[in-house]
Amino acid sequence: MNFLPWLILFLPLCACATITLFTQRDRKLSAGLSIGAVVAGFLFSILFISSSGWNLNTELTTTWLSVGDFHIDFGLRLDPLSLMMTLLVTGVAGVIHIYSWGYMADDPGFSRYFACLSLFTFSMLGIVLSNNFIQLFIFWELVGVSSYLLVGFWFERPAAADAGKKAFITNRLGDFGFIIGILLVWATLGSLNFGDLEHKLHADPSALGAMATTAGLLIFCGAVGKSAQFPLHVWLPDAMEGPTPVSALIHAATMVAAGVYMLCRVFFLLNLPGSNALTVIAAVGGFTALLAALIATQQNDIKRVLAYSTLSQLGYMVMSVGLQGRTPAMFHLTTHAFFKALLFLSAGSIILALHHEQNIWKMGALRKKMPVTFWTFVAGTLALAGVWPFSGFFSKDTILAQALEQPNPALRYGFFILGVLIAAITAFYMFRVVFVVFSGPARSDGAGHAAESPSVMLWPLRILAVFSLIGGVIGVDALYNKMFEPLSDEFHYALWQRLLLPFAEAPFAATLGLLAAAAGFFAAYRLYTNVLTDPLPEKLGSTSQWLRDRLYFDELYEATVIRFHDRLAALANWFERWIIEGFCIGLVRGGTDLTGRMLRQVQSGNLQTYAFLFALGVALVLYFVLL
Amino acid sequence: MNTIPILTIITFLPLAGGLIVMGLPSSQSKVARGLALAFSLIALALGLGLWRQFQPASGSLQFEEGPLQWIPTLAVQYHVGVDGLGLLMVLLTALVVPMAVLASWKIEDRAPLYFGLVLLLQSGLFGTFTALNFFHWFIFWELSLIPAFFLIKLWGGPLRTPAATQFFIYTMVGSVTLLMAFLAIFLVVHEFDFIKLAEMGRNGTLISELSNQLGWRDLTTRRLALVLFGGAFLGFAVKTPLMPFHTWLPSAYAEAPTGTTMLLTGLMSKMGVYGFLRILVPIFPQEMVWLSKWLLVLAVVTIVFSAGAAFAQRDLKRIFAYSSINHLGYCLLGTFAVISSGSATSAPLVEKAAALNGVFLQMFNHGLTAAVLFWFVGILQERAHGLRGIEDFGGLRKVAPVLCGLMGIALFSSLGLPGLNGFIGEFLIFKGAFPLVTWAATLSVLGLLITAVFILTVAQKVFHGPLNQKWSSLPDLTSTERAWLLPAFALIFVLGIYPQAILGVVNSTVVQMVAHLNF
Repeated sequence: MNFLPWLILFLPLCACATITLFTQRDRKLSAGLSIGAVVAGFLFSILFISSSGWNLNTELTTTWLSVGDFHIDFGLRLDPLSLMMTLLVTGVAGVIHIYSWGYMADDPGFSRYFACLSLFTFSMLGIVLSNNFIQLFIFWELVGVSSYLLVGFWFERPAAADAGKKAFITNRLGDFGFIIGILLVWATLGSLNFGDLEHKLHADPSALGAMATTAGLLIFCGAVGKSAQFPLHVWLPDAMEGPTPVSALIHAATMVAAGVYMLCRVFFLLNLPGSNALTVIAAVGGFTALLAALIATQQNDIKRVLAYSTLSQLGYMVMSVGLQGRTPAMFHLTTHAFFKALLFLSAGSIILALHHEQNIWKMGALRKKMPVTFWTFVAGTLALAGVWPFSGFFSKDTILAQALEQPNPALRYGFFILGVLIAAITAFYMFRVVFVVFSGPARSDGAGHAAESPSVMLWPLRILAVFSLIGGVIGVDALYNKMFEPLSDEFHYALWQRLLLPFAEAPFAATLGLLAAAAGFFAAYRLYTNVLTDPLPEKLGSTSQWLRDRLYFDELYEATVIRFHDRLAALANWFERWIIEGFCIGLVRGGTDLTGRMLRQVQSGNLQTYAFLFALGVALVLYFVLL
Repeated sequence: MNTIPILTIITFLPLAGGLIVMGLPSSQSKVARGLALAFSLIALALGLGLWRQFQPASGSLQFEEGPLQWIPTLAVQYHVGVDGLGLLMVLLTALVVPMAVLASWKIEDRAPLYFGLVLLLQSGLFGTFTALNFFHWFIFWELSLIPAFFLIKLWGGPLRTPAATQFFIYTMVGSVTLLMAFLAIFLVVHEFDFIKLAEMGRNGTLISELSNQLGWRDLTTRRLALVLFGGAFLGFAVKTPLMPFHTWLPSAYAEAPTGTTMLLTGLMSKMGVYGFLRILVPIFPQEMVWLSKWLLVLAVVTIVFSAGAAFAQRDLKRIFAYSSINHLGYCLLGTFAVISSGSATSAPLVEKAAALNGVFLQMFNHGLTAAVLFWFVGILQERAHGLRGIEDFGGLRKVAPVLCGLMGIALFSSLGLPGLNGFIGEFLIFKGAFPLVTWAATLSVLGLLITAVFILTVAQKVFHGPLNQKWSSLPDLTSTERAWLLPAFALIFVLGIYPQAILGVVNSTVVQMVAHLNF
């Protein structure tokens, strides 16, 4: 069965190559190939897992490069973490591929779209299955490129082209640190294989010495870029310029999760004695989560609200890793993939029905006109807000419980209160969208004439809605827990026990989480039922303006980073033109010129001068020779 | 070893071809380019044959001919041979020249002379990459300069004359100091053979002989050795180029016709790096160790500044010219990193081997990618009636998707995207350089970052955004052009996915070089 993982990985690449080279003209065949590859990947994953079970810990390796005495492997690492991610990526991507058939049906770039989507799936699976840092980095970059291609898919629109470029460059900025971190680890520990590294660090936890914190933070830089954490979060909201299914797949369910996944994969590098990396990671994650949630409350573009909510939830996951909770982080990543993909796809259904209108204040009263979309969007909202018994409740609860387990009381209550606060804000901004979009009056003609989407788009919504509901109780967390905490007790519970488990294990966290969601809901209900415009700007004044303008981070970077970069380029150019070319070369040129002119004076054609110079020369020679 | 003098044949075939083509009447442009292509393809076939016959397990010289006495009193011998490095460069030359011929296909003005000069240039390059005796090598080194000068001067853009003159003077000054350095060495040791000189360089006889025999003023031995090194260094630093000896390059690249720019960037810049690896490192190891810190500073400045300068340019050719400097900067970073810890016995051999392998790969891959990129600029320029500023275009992807798609791939290869050929060379250089000279490698990563910015800026300004209506009927690549470009792109992908194809050839050479560095 060992060929199956290779097949799962390379099928999408084959689809991408075939579409690009041969089948571009045939839209249906291209889409069919792309969808077929990912769905086959999903089925093969199930087949593989059912035949070999979850309890794998193996690698399939071949040598890719051998240089001198060292080798770089290309290998697949198969353990519960990577298998679960493979299932998740192929599953969610498969659903979104199918949905795209309907969403992109009228687009002239239909085939190109599916080729890019397949390239993305391939790259993402590559990250998930990598067994070493180089391979991870290679696929990491490929994910960046496929995201660049998909965000800038409508390249005629300057905003889309800009967003694609911004996404790629911001990610590169993070990768700048990431690659240095990888090189540092490689140079110090002499290996890049995750298994080897773990062994080495297990045998000698101080192998990285004083560089432990530095190495951990440099590696974290990669996650900051990919998972859009503060201060590199600015690319994700702009990336919403891509087609909505892309936002769902890349900027919600998979690519942005790669950073969190990577942190869990190399946790042994972060969790070293004497390393403060985890504290920083937790702080960055918590701060991002709060910041993004606040900004989301005043966004009026439905996709931007979801984008900021993604940032905020990613912040949660990163914070959880920082608090030593890999199981909660991966658990939340999994459930989030379901419900955030669902939310984006439902939003896409609305956007398409309103002919690409994304402003929520142009929507309204869609509940009756688009019943399936309404119910699925509400299901996603309930999951995201963490309402029992939806999946988001369970995963968020584990994160809150994790915060309560911190030994340091300041950290414990700090992060717990932060988590609860964010949960309340999350419920608030999500129900704000629900009330404005689905109830109240229709605020535009488009909203008045909207109709439900075709069933090729609705079935993916229904499937994702089911998983958003049950994702918390199907044993995902138990699986991760067995992998990350092999020593802890395995727990086997019946379904009803699982449903109530959070209240039994961490009643404080569960109750407060629910209360927070309720508070957010009631605030939104009070403010946003049957309103024509947003009442908050009046009440909040300039704060609202600040939030709406995303706290001016783009402007800040424009004024600092980009200007610095431009200045550097201008300086290089100036130095080039004036110092090297102008001054140095000018000096040489001028000097040569001057010498030439002076020597020309000597060639006067005057016989007396020549005779005089000759005599002078003879005299000089005699002087040196004789004296 | 083998009876057929294949290196001599491959060197002199283009020379003969060039003379034949030049002899054609100037009205015969069709015949001229056909012949030129035929000769370059034969050379390519010979190069591939060489590659097939090459024993990759051995790091020493193969296909050796000579040494035959030529001018015995001057120790001038005919001695040629290739190791992995030489073979790689011969292959690159054999590959890029046909591409350059194809890119020049539409040249009608004095075509026989043009294509003849291209073949002469190729002969010069083959000679440079195979010769093992300084005198013999130097002839070919200069032989490649003269055709390049005329190619720029006669077929270049509006500012061709100053560009060609600047190019010639710069390179000539470098050549003269290089020649003087070697004449001084000859005075002392009566030897021009690279292999023997390298041995003397390794065991220190060269320096001790210098101090014994070449007392000049009150210079200490160290100073004297450094003066000689400086002379030789200048020749290669100009050619590569290393900042601040690079100012001839942007204008020469920008003014030269497309095919010539491809030769300049793809091949002639490699002569500089080749010189560093074949001549400076083996013959002057001690001097390089003494100066390694300063050399590294130069390499880092080259990498970062040229990337910044590329970002400031608005002319596509000048952008890629600076980007070329930047990419060769990585080669020199790798080389200097390897030498920087030369005499330490505990120096990690693995890292050095990685860095040098990376340098070799980078030389080949940059030659390929840069040639393709300049080819695309030529294609664009031809379609846009001579325009090539990045602001002149916009939205081209809509009318010419294949052109933009392929050029985009070449751009991403230049950016160092994994999966394409540009990545692994740079990565190996950094892998090796990082543990050897952490500060230099860390600073140089900045170059990678800036490269991403300007490459994406190019893609955005040229391909994306609303279509510039001026180009609403700009034709996409014709099927002929696609067929011509196909081999290059096949290589870009193959080498990206399977770099072992090159590493397998050069690795033994690298291992031997690294072993020799532990003097």
